[in-house]
Amino acid sequence: MAINLELVGKSYPPAPAYEVGREKIREFATAIGDDNPAFHDVSAAQALGHRDIIAPPTFAIIVSFLAASAVVNDPDLGLDYSRVVHGEQRFTYSRPITAGDQLVATATIENLRIAAGNDMVTTRTDIVTTDGAHVVTATAVIVSRAAGADV
Amino acid sequence: MSTSISWAEVEVGTELPSLSVPVQRATLVRYAGASGDFNPIHWNQDFALEVGLPDVIAHGMFTMASAERLVTNWVGDPGAVVDCGVRFTRPVVVPNDGVGALIEITGIVGAKLDDGTVRVDITAKCEGVTVLARATAVVRLT
Repeated sequence: MAINLELVGKSYPPAPAYEVGREKIREFATAIGDDNPAFHDVSAAQALGHRDIIAPPTFAIIVSFLAASAVVNDPDLGLDYSRVVHGEQRFTYSRPITAGDQLVATATIENLRIAAGNDMVTTRTDIVTTDGAHVVTATAVIVSRAAGADV
Repeated sequence: MSTSISWAEVEVGTELPSLSVPVQRATLVRYAGASGDFNPIHWNQDFALEVGLPDVIAHGMFTMASAERLVTNWVGDPGAVVDCGVRFTRPVVVPNDGVGALIEITGIVGAKLDDGTVRVDITAKCEGVTVLARATAVVRLT
């Protein structure tokens, strides 16, 4: 099924604010096998100049995933989620995500194209604090593979 | 911010200490729970085969997280990472054989940029095959 290429530029309402908890950061860091004290130990993070423990760089995927799910589940887009794989990912930070942050994520369809029968969706998710200060922008390419295609 | 490496000292071509990351099915289940990405291709073999994959595959984001870990280990303060990006070129296949897969991560300082940052170029391989392309991290050093 082809995606609707006319939706380039569409922005989605922001997801509810995401509160970054210390235990969630620790759980995520443990899941990626990362024992860096800055992710686990408040005093170690503060010794580096951070307000509280900070999150690993890819933690932003949690917040952007919630917002970008509005895109992949948009019935107007017509994406076959069962055949979706992750094509590209980029994070551009103004500062690290820190425990206690209240983050608001807004997803926008940056680009849509069809290549060799694969539907390719580029999303940009801008993640800011509830005060509007930029924290990180996540850009992703997700690919819905053509039926019968190998990875 | 205080990094363990200074911009003045670092040289283009410097190799970062490498990283070997074992991945088993349980690793993926744990990552699914922590990240909220419950796509069944990462834990349900029947489903993965049904949609044309060779087996359960690792979350691309798990591989990316491992690639960034190489950099944050090196730099000391993970808050130094200002930009990171990857392309996922090949899946990391994780068989249910009690062994799983091994992701080998290496990195090299690719460039020193004028704004006090350096770009690290990262390579991630599984069974000798490159699984990430254009994997880079830009870090701000003190």
